[in-house]
Amino acid sequence: MPPAIQCEAMAEDALLLRFGDTIDLAINARVHTAASHLRQRWPELECVPAYASLLLRFDPNEWSSTSGRTPHQRLGDVVQDALNNLSTESVDTRLVDIPVHYGDTDGPDLVEVAAITELSIDEVITRHCATEYRVAMLGFAPGFPYLLGLDPALAVRRRTDPRQRVPAGSVAIGGSQTGIYPDELPGGWQLIGRTPQRLFDITADTPSLLAAGDRVRFHAIDEATFQQLAATKSR
Amino acid sequence: MSVTVIKPGLSSTLQDAGRPGFAALGVGRAGAMDGPAWQLANALAGNHHGEAAIECTLVGPTLHFTQAAVIALTGAAISAYIDGRSIPMWTRCQLPADSVLQLGGMAVGCRSYLAVRGGFDVRPILGSRSSDLHAKLGYAHGRALRAGDELPLGIATPLRWSHDMEDAHCLPWSIDPHPWFDFAFQPLALLPGSHSKLLDDNSQQLLNNGKFILSKDSNRTASRLDGHTLSLRRSLELISEATLPGTLQLPPSGQPIALLAEAPVTGGYPRIGQIAAVDLPRLAQRRPGDTVCFRQTTLDEASLRQAGQQQRLTRLLRTLTERLEHSRWKRLP
Repeated sequence: MPPAIQCEAMAEDALLLRFGDTIDLAINARVHTAASHLRQRWPELECVPAYASLLLRFDPNEWSSTSGRTPHQRLGDVVQDALNNLSTESVDTRLVDIPVHYGDTDGPDLVEVAAITELSIDEVITRHCATEYRVAMLGFAPGFPYLLGLDPALAVRRRTDPRQRVPAGSVAIGGSQTGIYPDELPGGWQLIGRTPQRLFDITADTPSLLAAGDRVRFHAIDEATFQQLAATKSR
Repeated sequence: MSVTVIKPGLSSTLQDAGRPGFAALGVGRAGAMDGPAWQLANALAGNHHGEAAIECTLVGPTLHFTQAAVIALTGAAISAYIDGRSIPMWTRCQLPADSVLQLGGMAVGCRSYLAVRGGFDVRPILGSRSSDLHAKLGYAHGRALRAGDELPLGIATPLRWSHDMEDAHCLPWSIDPHPWFDFAFQPLALLPGSHSKLLDDNSQQLLNNGKFILSKDSNRTASRLDGHTLSLRRSLELISEATLPGTLQLPPSGQPIALLAEAPVTGGYPRIGQIAAVDLPRLAQRRPGDTVCFRQTTLDEASLRQAGQQQRLTRLLRTLTERLEHSRWKRLP
């Protein structure tokens, strides 16, 4: 039996479920399993997954009861029940492959990352491509994935002078996490490469390339391939 | 049919009810900061489908209407002139073709709403025409209006009394703004947050009884509150979790930050409260330099007040439709 889920009434129409208080792959997997189950069972609930918690936004009128329980309590009870009976096996998730041109102007901090980690540039790239990552959550900006699973040897502190403009598609390392900037944004993570793939496209049926819970792998491409893929502008 | 922006004002944006349902993709709701004022502006203009209106901030825009239009202004008391003549708020006005509507400063409050019959018909993004400046979504990639912008208007059926008029007209009555605008700067009701109990005694006292000042570092994403520095009994290392409009965060500086309509969907600062949803429009109307006080509330009280407000609004919207149907124009004085 997995540890109990803590429920916190966060707002009039919001209940926060906490599965733990650390950044941990297993806890995060529980969050995504729960989110996918709850969405299937109650499509009208809005589920917002984070590292170790899941926010539910609901219509309190739909969850009122005659037994003296508040809508938050009733939703909490029902959700706990549903999740307790759920297998702890994580659900099958998509694996998304993302091409990255590492270094040069697309990854201006790659040399520094290699220096800090005392690895060769090739070793940094090899290690960054060797792991399968998990999208812990999307946040910061539309479609920005916080990826878990970075090789600990690649963990580097954030830049002391954050950039005002990080180009869209930049692949970056911030502490023990790695992520991809979906759009031109300010940012303090170390930029090691860039993908030609669009992470967030409002004209697409599914605007975000990645969803929380997805698995991600990077593979290295050269600049010519980057240009070629960028020109086709497709996913 | 379109409206041309001659002067943009301080930060004028198109807003509707926002885009709920995309937080899991990192997309917040955005939408009008003062929801009831936005709804009433639309109702007065004769819009019934959540049309986009202009949200003006502190100083409104100057707009050129090529064709006759029906408009309504609500929210903060804003100076408004049609070709040199002052027009009233909280009612319906008709402008003749080739009018210039000059919106100026606000006597009190921070946000006014200009609805035009037919609504601003820009391309909806993820189901909403709201501009999200933070996420860069909406009209012109989510930026505030600029001089030269041409804002398309939706098509609306002509009003019964709107046949060719050469002068601006308005109705002989207006809505009482008092239930919809907090002239008294009442304390904002605050629900407990995850880390409220970790505030030290002095900080708890200050949060409940202190007067904060809305900082000039305030926008549609968040308002910083100055005046008192709060601290926790012990420092916390938190991991990011979902945040909402109304979430009161305490960053290391000790200056609380109230998240607003364009709140990021996740955040990692300690949470020392959640402003009752019914009081968010009140906060939206505070301007930099205004005071902000809190009082503790419970989920029951907050929900009841919100339901009551919703009922009053629904009732007013119903009587408005009826009343507008039977009203006749009068010439502007």
